[in-house]
Amino acid sequence: MATVVPVKQGAEARLLDIDFGGRPAFAKQRFKKAYRHPVLDERLTARRVTQEARTMLRLRRAGIDAPALFLLDTANSIIYVERIEGDTVRDVLRGGVDDAQFEAIARAIGADLAKIHDMDLIHGDLTTSNMMLRHGTRKLVWIDFGLSYTSTLAEDKGVDLYVLERAIQSTHPNQAKAMVRHAGRAWRGTLLTPWNKFDGIIRQYTADSKNAQPVIRKFEEVRLRGRKRTAFG
Amino acid sequence: MIAIGFEGSANKIGIGILEHTASGEAVVLANVRRTYITPPGQGFLPKDTAVHHRQHVLALVKEALAVAKIKPSQIDCICFTKGPGMAAPLISVALVARTLSLIWKKPLVGVNHAIGHIEMGRMITGAQNPIVLYVSGGNTQVIAYSEKRYRIFGEAIDIAVGNCLDRFARIVGLPNDPAPGYNVEQCAKRGKTFVELPYGVKGMDVSFSGILTFIESVAEDKLKKGLVTVDDLCYSLQETLFAMLVEITERAMAHVGSSEVLIVGGVGSNVRLQEMMESMVKDRGGRLFATDERFCIDNGLMIAQAGALMYATGIVTELENTNCTQRYRTDDVYVAWRE
Repeated sequence: MATVVPVKQGAEARLLDIDFGGRPAFAKQRFKKAYRHPVLDERLTARRVTQEARTMLRLRRAGIDAPALFLLDTANSIIYVERIEGDTVRDVLRGGVDDAQFEAIARAIGADLAKIHDMDLIHGDLTTSNMMLRHGTRKLVWIDFGLSYTSTLAEDKGVDLYVLERAIQSTHPNQAKAMVRHAGRAWRGTLLTPWNKFDGIIRQYTADSKNAQPVIRKFEEVRLRGRKRTAFG
Repeated sequence: MIAIGFEGSANKIGIGILEHTASGEAVVLANVRRTYITPPGQGFLPKDTAVHHRQHVLALVKEALAVAKIKPSQIDCICFTKGPGMAAPLISVALVARTLSLIWKKPLVGVNHAIGHIEMGRMITGAQNPIVLYVSGGNTQVIAYSEKRYRIFGEAIDIAVGNCLDRFARIVGLPNDPAPGYNVEQCAKRGKTFVELPYGVKGMDVSFSGILTFIESVAEDKLKKGLVTVDDLCYSLQETLFAMLVEITERAMAHVGSSEVLIVGGVGSNVRLQEMMESMVKDRGGRLFATDERFCIDNGLMIAQAGALMYATGIVTELENTNCTQRYRTDDVYVAWRE
């Protein structure tokens, strides 16, 4: 470990560009949150640091791409991980992709997610910013597992899918339109809503997961809770 | 342009009058309100709440006009809450708005309640393009404006944060006067022991029902044995719920790249929530915008403000379309008045 260059500060961790024994790496340090009660803060930070490391290892062992874990420093709440050379799915989608490219990305997400859930792992923070495509191979890599946890419940898996659907709808509201322009098929506009795009993920998930049926049922249940719940006050 | 706003989607009936001057300034002329308060341990039922609103609405109209020192003829548009909210109270107030529209011969504008909160908050604080945390008895949403809509980035997937606080207040027998959440806030100031509770952040969404169930059992068990006090539980509940809200707000800020936060809705008047949010926002070098109970808690002015902005862009609700809806998403509204 030699040179240290700060790269970016997320909501709760700082990423430092480092060289880990000749390999490009990130040091991801979670910092104290002054607004949080110290007991709560310590508990959350400790849990998230270990959970992140644990999930990375489990995924890689199962053949799902995630950054390699180099070192875990629980005392300082730092993990040292492989620095992925690639783009977030968020940036890729915003940059504009054609139908075939989108379909391929959606299928990869659905297939991996089915495997992840079948291992009883819940990601906990599924957004298009937490998935990347490696430069060169364009293969999907999963990142950011601080909110991940283990659960066998269909409810938790359904909520995971719901969080992802919501993230896609709010982050890429005009993706559908952009795609229509790109493909030059304006008449298909009504079919290319974000919802239909999400459908590709779900189709693949349903095909691949051993436990798809109860999860999808819960997912639809959660969705109704969020969208149609009476709201006043 | 002068707008009058009618709000009655929950247990408050409020009427506000404001003027948008030629220079684009908004001037508050009146903002009057009555709250339906139920005995300790009881929530407000739609039917009884509607009765309350009907009893007070006409006197409030007169009061608002008197405070504003204007005549009905000077009003340009009548704004009312179309939804979301409880059906019976919503309908009781919309009926009055419709009737006055016919008598005074003024156009109607149906307003989304959440949009009312957001636009009121922006007007009062001067926040330009903030991440909005909308927290009340019925709603918990983290909202950001993008491409003509207020988009919901995170929200409660089960009960609202205010509902969680209110129901807890009822479990431990705190009074509903002036508001259950207010009494929880006062008790929390005296709390000393932090009781660990479940923590329900799911990405940018939150879940509160498990926490309520858990604290209910703690109250049942430890409170009776004298191991904790009601103050301790109020304190622990607030610290946990608000940490979750601040966390998802921060995540939305990082995601969208915004440095401003605006808190609206009844729970937004909680000073502890404002302090915690301020601490987070400061660490990020941003700015927090919050208002006090006059504007945070449901009021008629917020409906007048959102309605006036809509009216100025040519939006009018025809009489046959002035029905109310209990379910009306924040992101259903096309925001014509913003770039």
